[in-house]
Amino acid sequence: MPEKPISPRVELRRVSKVYENVTVVETLDLTIAAGEFVVLLGPSGSGKTTLLNMIGGFANPSAGQVLIDGEDVTDLPPAKRPTATVFQDYALFPHMSLLNNVAFGLRMRKVPKAERLAKAAEMLRLVGLDGFGDRGIHQLSGGQRQRVALARAMAVEPKVLLLDEPLGALDLALRRQMQEELVRLQRRLGATFVHVTHDQEEAMSIADRIVVVNKGGIEDMGPPDRVYLKPASLFAAKFMGESNVLGGRVVESLGGDVKVETALGAIIVPGNSAAGAAVHIALRPEQLLLAPHPDGVSLGRGRVEELSFQGTHCRCHCRVAGQDLILRAPVSVGLTPGQEVSLYAARTDVVLLQR
Amino acid sequence: MTALYRWAPWVYFAAALLFIFLPVLVLIQFSFQSGLAPVPPFDGPSLKWWAKVLANRKITDGLTNSLLVGLGSAFVATVLGFLAAYSLARKRRRLSGFYQFLLMAPITVSYLIIGMGLQITFNYLGLGKSLWAIGIGHVVINLPLTFAILYSQLGEHQANIERAAYDLGAGDWRVVLEITVPMLWPSLLAAFFIAATLSWDEFVIAFLMSRFDVTLPVVIWSMLRSGLSPELNATGTLVFIISILAVGVVEFLLWRSRKHHA
Repeated sequence: MPEKPISPRVELRRVSKVYENVTVVETLDLTIAAGEFVVLLGPSGSGKTTLLNMIGGFANPSAGQVLIDGEDVTDLPPAKRPTATVFQDYALFPHMSLLNNVAFGLRMRKVPKAERLAKAAEMLRLVGLDGFGDRGIHQLSGGQRQRVALARAMAVEPKVLLLDEPLGALDLALRRQMQEELVRLQRRLGATFVHVTHDQEEAMSIADRIVVVNKGGIEDMGPPDRVYLKPASLFAAKFMGESNVLGGRVVESLGGDVKVETALGAIIVPGNSAAGAAVHIALRPEQLLLAPHPDGVSLGRGRVEELSFQGTHCRCHCRVAGQDLILRAPVSVGLTPGQEVSLYAARTDVVLLQR
Repeated sequence: MTALYRWAPWVYFAAALLFIFLPVLVLIQFSFQSGLAPVPPFDGPSLKWWAKVLANRKITDGLTNSLLVGLGSAFVATVLGFLAAYSLARKRRRLSGFYQFLLMAPITVSYLIIGMGLQITFNYLGLGKSLWAIGIGHVVINLPLTFAILYSQLGEHQANIERAAYDLGAGDWRVVLEITVPMLWPSLLAAFFIAATLSWDEFVIAFLMSRFDVTLPVVIWSMLRSGLSPELNATGTLVFIISILAVGVVEFLLWRSRKHHA
């Protein structure tokens, strides 16, 4: 029996955005499955918020289509789309109580009063603000406002919940706590979340899939661990946390492996590339080893230049063949500045970056 | 020396306040004069001049006219100012800056020039002098103020709040009536009362645009021509009290709105 093809929840088809002769989003495709928690990650001005606004209807693509559940919504205003947005500044209605804020969307949908108030109260309970319904917005802390904004957006049961840097204004501890709560809520509701942030740690801790956006294009896309460990581009490698990046040139293709000539000598790494290509190789600080690895590469001898104790490890700058490498050494090794060390890495940890 | 530093500002402050308010206080005191002339020595207190004021048809008519023109013109100026501010703050147009300049320009023109211009225009159109004409004049001079007050309150944060309402399914009218207007309510009231106060005190345009129905400042002016009298003091005090009440309301509204948005 042929299975009916399930259309993705959100589909951006060949969308682009040009604003006053500046390309904000280059022509790209993006597909989001139902129930997925997708994070659009990128620096400010990368176009990630524009992408979010295209889904929500606050920005019209200059070309291309936006589909939700297979239906073309490109020309629909935000009110007519099955989406709801949580804004960075929360955008709560200052002249309404919490309960009326949360019930607003239901009132617009002409849900009877008793029913919508009950639903709003339930949403408030869901975000941990049970019994706060009669309060005004100005009586709340930042974190509480954030929860109300979430409850208000979720009350209309959107097919897609769009979150525009919703945790940007919160302090670090509260941000971590809200990240966990977001994931818990998303699992519980089985909803589709599209979340925009410039914080790569936040992205990694909450996303099913990270979409790394830069200069209006998608640099990399995949599960957090894959994007972190095997970034697809130089930008993704650098943006997803600290990375040691070395420029090099492919000298030989060995069928599945390539030999790259770098400042640290020739290194054989997994990957495919034509001889003569200019590439980069990348290694995370925690992937640099002080002892040989069974299937490893040697990176040569270097001198410890700077050390800082970080509790779980020592962050260490090493100078190897004129290159500054950062490594995370176990505290137990007891490195000292000026010490000579040999550096190694597992061959499969080394990432070949072709762009 | 330190004592000087501590007290000098207060002495200066008291002197400045005295300079500003002494004439008003004297005005108020001599409205309770018993004799015929509002000059020292004070021989009151007596309410006979107040009784005379309240029995004087010219004054009570002027008072009613002033209230009508003040409240009416302030209402129109606030509504028009809101609409102008809303459209310029929300819809980006190529000439937005120019429109803003046009709206604010009357603030730099003297009331005398505006009054003359209105008189010439009304003459040309064959419209007589009337309370309506005064009201229109007051809308002209107050529109820049109400526009400026309301435009300053329609920033990006407020725009985001409106976006949230659109996002949750509200149409244009509902957003304006259920979100924008209630959100701006304190500012709308403040703009209204400022416009009403300015209209209440305004003389030049009211004088140029009126013939039979006159406002209170014009009544006072015509009474002044026949010399000082405690009756004038009482009338002036009445004008002052109503102005102060309106200013008090504005201050209270702005204070409350600041407290809520903090």
